[in-house]
Amino acid sequence: MAIQSSFKNMVLCLFSVCLICSALLAVVYAVTKEPIEIATQNKTTNSIAAVVPAFDGVPVKDSITVSDKQYMYYVVSKDGKPVGYAIESSAVGFSGPVNVMVGMTAEGVVYNTKVLSQSETPGLGAKCVKPQFADQFKEFDPAVKTLKVEKDGGDITAITASTITSRAFCVAVQTAVDVYKAISENVQSK
Amino acid sequence: MGKFQLITKGLVKENPTFVLLLGMCPTLATTTSAINGMSMGLATLFVLVLSNMAIAAVAKVIPDKVRIPAYIVIIATFVTVLQFLMQAFTPAIYETLGLFIPLIVVNCIVLGRAEAFANKNTVMDSACDGLGIGLGFTMSLTILGLVREILGSGSIFDWKFIPDDSDGILAFVLAPGAFMVLAYLIVLFKKVTAKKGE
Repeated sequence: MAIQSSFKNMVLCLFSVCLICSALLAVVYAVTKEPIEIATQNKTTNSIAAVVPAFDGVPVKDSITVSDKQYMYYVVSKDGKPVGYAIESSAVGFSGPVNVMVGMTAEGVVYNTKVLSQSETPGLGAKCVKPQFADQFKEFDPAVKTLKVEKDGGDITAITASTITSRAFCVAVQTAVDVYKAISENVQSK
Repeated sequence: MGKFQLITKGLVKENPTFVLLLGMCPTLATTTSAINGMSMGLATLFVLVLSNMAIAAVAKVIPDKVRIPAYIVIIATFVTVLQFLMQAFTPAIYETLGLFIPLIVVNCIVLGRAEAFANKNTVMDSACDGLGIGLGFTMSLTILGLVREILGSGSIFDWKFIPDDSDGILAFVLAPGAFMVLAYLIVLFKKVTAKKGE
């Protein structure tokens, strides 16, 4: 090594390495900031579009506090009338939170659901994203049927060997239904 | 050693996964499917080539006693750059690999090559070395992912060859499968390369 490990050299060297590296990072951050935002936004828009009826315009973001917890939701409208709500809901599954985007129609029926993120066991709980299970929530009317797995006296067939995940999914959807009720009460009282 | 040999030695003789057994954490964790394994391999390849080049370029002006912190900062910078780029342009892959991208910083392959090769060789040689080792890593992870995907999910690169509603052998997608497949692949790799050596 050509350079001596004196105190001055070490300080100088580390200082300049850090300085150059942070300058480089700042440049890359500035360049990628916009694409990252667009990518995140696209993801949200896509998951909203997947769970609510056809709409025009841009989903309006809002939040509401139900039993001391804040929930994010998006209102979509067609011809100026709100036609659906996409509600971000979550419940604790077998190995972490199961985050679900639940779409509600203006009539209070679940239109569709989409799992935003989950970390359930592959091949077991992770099957909750598959249509065989998730499609049960399509056009699910909470006024007629019960949002629980059959074992608990509900109308949802649980995934084999993954009752905990199935329950979590039901809880998440039920939470969204409750949030929807709170939203519609708010709208009426206005 | 010629440039070409520098690249090929990473594929076979010094294959990071099957021969050096380095970087086992991402190897075992991210290879649930061929495409995941390949993405992880390519991400590491990117960091490895750039950090090898940068370290080879600055090695002479870094005092010996602080070389490790300096290398780590350089490697971490490239990993963060990669992270930004993936978030921006391949968000789907970024989401699957998740935590393992920032963990490339502490992947012993990257620091290992910096210490063992890049700090005493030229920039070009170090780039070739990084490319070779990176390709070796990518190849191993892809094979490992492919085997686990075929056995565990019954598909090849997300193309399913068994009926939609049936499953593969679940164990191979989970952690124990990773260890088993890796062990058998190492045995196979040793057998094939040993024959060549005679």
